[in-house]
Amino acid sequence: MLDFILLIFIYTGIYAISALGLNLIVGYTGMLSLCQAAFIGIGAYCTAILMTAFGISFWYAIFASGLLAGLFGILIGIPTLRLRGDYLAIATLGFGEIVKNIILNWDSVTKGPMGINGIPGPNFFGFILTSMDKIPWVIFIWILVVITYVLIRRVVRSRVGRALESIREDEIAASSMGINTAKYKVGAFTGGAFFAGIAGALFAAFNQSVAPLTFDFMMSIMILCMVVLGGLGNNFATVVGTILIVLTSELPRLIGISHIIPPQLNQVLFGFILVFMMIYRPQGIIGRVKLNYGKIIKDEILELEK
Amino acid sequence: MNLFNIPTVELLQHLINGLTLGAIYSLIALGYTMVYGILKFINFAHGEILMFGTYAGFFLYYFLYDPSKGGLYILAVFAIAMIFAMLVSATMGIIIERIAYKPLRNAPRLAPLLSAIGVSIILMNAAALMFGTKSIKFEYPFDNQTLHIGGISITPNQIMILIVGLIMMVALKLFIDNTRLGKAMRATSENQPVAALMGINVNMIISLTFAIGSALAAVAGVLIAMEFKVYPTMGQLAGLKAFIAAVVGGIGNITGAMLGGLILGILETFGVVILGIPVGLKDTIAFTVLIIILLFRPSGILIKHIREKV
Repeated sequence: MLDFILLIFIYTGIYAISALGLNLIVGYTGMLSLCQAAFIGIGAYCTAILMTAFGISFWYAIFASGLLAGLFGILIGIPTLRLRGDYLAIATLGFGEIVKNIILNWDSVTKGPMGINGIPGPNFFGFILTSMDKIPWVIFIWILVVITYVLIRRVVRSRVGRALESIREDEIAASSMGINTAKYKVGAFTGGAFFAGIAGALFAAFNQSVAPLTFDFMMSIMILCMVVLGGLGNNFATVVGTILIVLTSELPRLIGISHIIPPQLNQVLFGFILVFMMIYRPQGIIGRVKLNYGKIIKDEILELEK
Repeated sequence: MNLFNIPTVELLQHLINGLTLGAIYSLIALGYTMVYGILKFINFAHGEILMFGTYAGFFLYYFLYDPSKGGLYILAVFAIAMIFAMLVSATMGIIIERIAYKPLRNAPRLAPLLSAIGVSIILMNAAALMFGTKSIKFEYPFDNQTLHIGGISITPNQIMILIVGLIMMVALKLFIDNTRLGKAMRATSENQPVAALMGINVNMIISLTFAIGSALAAVAGVLIAMEFKVYPTMGQLAGLKAFIAAVVGGIGNITGAMLGGLILGILETFGVVILGIPVGLKDTIAFTVLIIILLFRPSGILIKHIREKV
């Protein structure tokens, strides 16, 4: 039981890192990306291959994973980000399918549908973490969540973050204010992909195995639901959303009724979350503090009139 | 003639296979393009509407199916099943638009897109819960013996797809170009407020657009069901590729969607047999086409580039 709760903490942490990345893309910049799972897959496979085939240490592999995912982010971003958001949604969906297909078919490197097993755990100064050591894993992953959180928070509260939000609100207005929208969009997309790659590396190292079908469209949707449920453009809300979604999807197993509840029911629930949140509470359950420019200007005028 | 070092007959054969596939893509792409033309958003649930229509047609077909009554009876049952599938899909299209998209018509652009993805997931998994995940075979209403005409082999099913596809596309084109309702649809897609001022019932036109697009998808669904079986995720990949076809032709452009579908079908068939792309990677061809089109001609092969207005 305790093991299971710790497991939920670990998965929540891994998903939180990639959801925070996705929030940078969807929540702050307003671009709909449907391939977060593909970036996680790229990260996971990168770590798996580097550690098993080349014996490279986890600490290099995790960075390589993030960078490789980011590189793919640039590759998919450049052709699509100069265009309207709807194209990006489809292109990312297609990219996700391509990644899954390539992983499935590139037998010599990815071992095809069998996946890669026997990935060694990360080495902490001579102490090797296996998936049995749940408590150290929880601590390690949540430290990374906090680092991700702080990094993204620093970015979105800076000049860059304001540029991203202005792109979300009105891209044409943003570019007429001198913001290089293409540059910022590719940047945000790459950043989001980088964190997904990191999450993927953790995923591979914790499970000590990777399988191609894990990183499918439904995983992207699940991560999207975490961001939407918590609140688009709010990092704290994204973490809350992640906890809620992981809990709901693991709840049947937690209280031991997983054999009665088919897995599709969960996904129907995700669909309803998307539709209902969009219609009734598009800002998410926690929402976002929005600057009320009308009020600020009114106050300024009142101040001047005094 | 020795293009690609392949005999002409064989080339013609692949062309026919490509056109058959392309006709299906075109029929589905029309739904995407019509909705996009009017509401400026991608109806992600289009593929799932296709799937539900196909299931509906399938159930009616087997409810009335009786091989002892002869070939003509089965053909008639098939026609009835197809019309039923169209009706079910059209109704679903209208209802989904009313519930999930209409409240979001003035919301930021991301909202209807996310809502549409939600609807698509609900429908896909609801179908899996209701009908099971197993794929079911849809029997041919006729003897699907391959015919050989001058070295080219073609199945009666392929002939039917080509004929039905052609009829549907010509009918739609005539409807949009020549009738009052078609004119109203064109006006609505050009400028909604002004169309409303001219006395056009915009809500009715939007419902009609969804109904027609969904009905065409149901036709495509029933036509492919016999070859590829019926299963809950059948609409996903078909829908994606049809969307790519719509982008290739220039999204929002009806002739473009027809042309884009045919081009994509031919490219996919030729990519496998002529360029030797492994079958496992066949689906990546369409996405590569999408990226190339987005890079070099984002507004499609038919329309000129139009700058976005503020």
